[in-house]
Amino acid sequence: MRSFSFNPSYLQVTPLALVILLFLLFPVITIIIVSFWDYDAFQLLPDFIFDNYQFLLTSDVTLKAYLKTFFYALSTWAITLTLGFTIAYYLAFYIRSSLLQSILFILCTVPFLTSNIIRMISWIPLLGRNGLVNSALLELNLIDAPIEWLLYSDFAVVLAFVHLYTLFMVVPIFNSMMRIDRNLIEASIDAGASTLQTIFQVVVPLCKSGIAIGSIFVVTLVMGDFITVSLMSGGLSASVGVLIRNEISLLQYPAAAAGAVVLLITVLIMLSILFRFINIKKEL
Amino acid sequence: MAASGNTQRKAGFIPLTIVFVLFLLFLYGPTATIALLSFQGPSGGLTFPMNGVSLHWFRQLFETQQVGDFGGSLTRSLLLGFAVMFSTALFSLLAGLAYRRKFRGGGVLFYLALVSLILPSILISLGIGIMFDRLGLSPAWYSSALGAHLTWTLPFGLLIMFAVFNRFNKSYEAAAIDMGATAWQSFRLVVLPLILPSLIGVALFGFTLSYDEFARTLMTAGTFNTLPLEIYGMTTNVTSPVLYALGTLTTLFSFTLIGTALLAIWIVRRRRARNAPAAEA
Repeated sequence: MRSFSFNPSYLQVTPLALVILLFLLFPVITIIIVSFWDYDAFQLLPDFIFDNYQFLLTSDVTLKAYLKTFFYALSTWAITLTLGFTIAYYLAFYIRSSLLQSILFILCTVPFLTSNIIRMISWIPLLGRNGLVNSALLELNLIDAPIEWLLYSDFAVVLAFVHLYTLFMVVPIFNSMMRIDRNLIEASIDAGASTLQTIFQVVVPLCKSGIAIGSIFVVTLVMGDFITVSLMSGGLSASVGVLIRNEISLLQYPAAAAGAVVLLITVLIMLSILFRFINIKKEL
Repeated sequence: MAASGNTQRKAGFIPLTIVFVLFLLFLYGPTATIALLSFQGPSGGLTFPMNGVSLHWFRQLFETQQVGDFGGSLTRSLLLGFAVMFSTALFSLLAGLAYRRKFRGGGVLFYLALVSLILPSILISLGIGIMFDRLGLSPAWYSSALGAHLTWTLPFGLLIMFAVFNRFNKSYEAAAIDMGATAWQSFRLVVLPLILPSLIGVALFGFTLSYDEFARTLMTAGTFNTLPLEIYGMTTNVTSPVLYALGTLTTLFSFTLIGTALLAIWIVRRRRARNAPAAEA
């Protein structure tokens, strides 16, 4: 017997580790370092100053952007959770044939694999001033003039988020629901609980980690977003991501980096709350 | 509660079915709308009504002066997508195998992979962009953008592989080894065929996520645009249905890919089902 045997796991995990090291850890460290640098119109000046943070944390614009972003995150979260839970509940408990279940599940998943930008653009002919919704409402005499806030508004932004990200709620919640022992549901009904009581006192607690995983995805995707907000608000609204994006396009990298660090810390705080509800490894 | 005497379905079936159908309509309706509008006549605009039906806007798409660099950006996106697909499938498979044994640092790496999955993509984009800038490297789709995409697709692939190996029955492998198979033979002839459907799924995820990725490519693509960057550029300066034609084509392409992958998975499963009785005999 050899006294030393090499664990092949190290070799197998090397590509993953290299990607994480080179394209996750190094870039994040770079951002943290550069966020303390100075800059002028032409170049970055290595330094150790707190000006970027001071400007960021005392500016009204930042505060407004954070409030806006929290508003988007919270409303998207509430809607995707309700909608996603309902869809998952229907698929898990109302569809008996497992073939039909798979087909319907795939139908819900397919749009996730198509282009987000195209999916946002596709709202334009529906919501625009002369769009389908306005024409229909005018035709029916329900309104006298086209509704202006359908497109290029907070409404459009949240609608697009819901459209893009509800799937991130459906999948983990559906996954949790499929593991619930069906006898528990029957026991609850037999014990005299109504359907709603069963949902809230049996199903929801047992789906807690599915709900938490879905929430993690939705919250982080919305918090870091800039493209949905700029496209769907028509450039009228600024989220945290949009501010960072603007600084990037002005080549103010240290300012953008400071913004990114503060965003990162904010997201990590939100996640640390959500992660209390789950054990990821048990979920797989 | 509603009388349930002779109704076969549980209470709430009909309203929930309506909600589900509306949800599907919500998911697919907008895409179907632009698909319809991309067949606008040459004088048609971005909204209804349709001014005739034509393939005018699809033809426009292939004339370079109309839309920036459609052919070039499509080629780059496809090549990048395939590179991400192969690396994601291979690296996730290897990492999945690695995690079947305990090894030092495994826990930390797993959590870093999770962080990678949920880190706002603008951070990755900005970080890699500045890093390349500081190192004096010029970002390009085949280097920095490839890395940026992998930080998103690899954790997905890894999680799927975790799920696969958690459900994997080790006795098949043990049986192969007992019958004298080498480690490579048992992997090649037993493990790989069993996990093939999931591996196809990982590959599909890798390709489509990369092919549609925008935020992570923004600062990492370098001089030449990928297709999503090109499309984003078009949203600000193209105001004709040519935009819809492009959207329809790429969506159709994604649908074809998903269909192919699902078909492949189905064929693998069916072949296995057919061979199973023979194996038992």
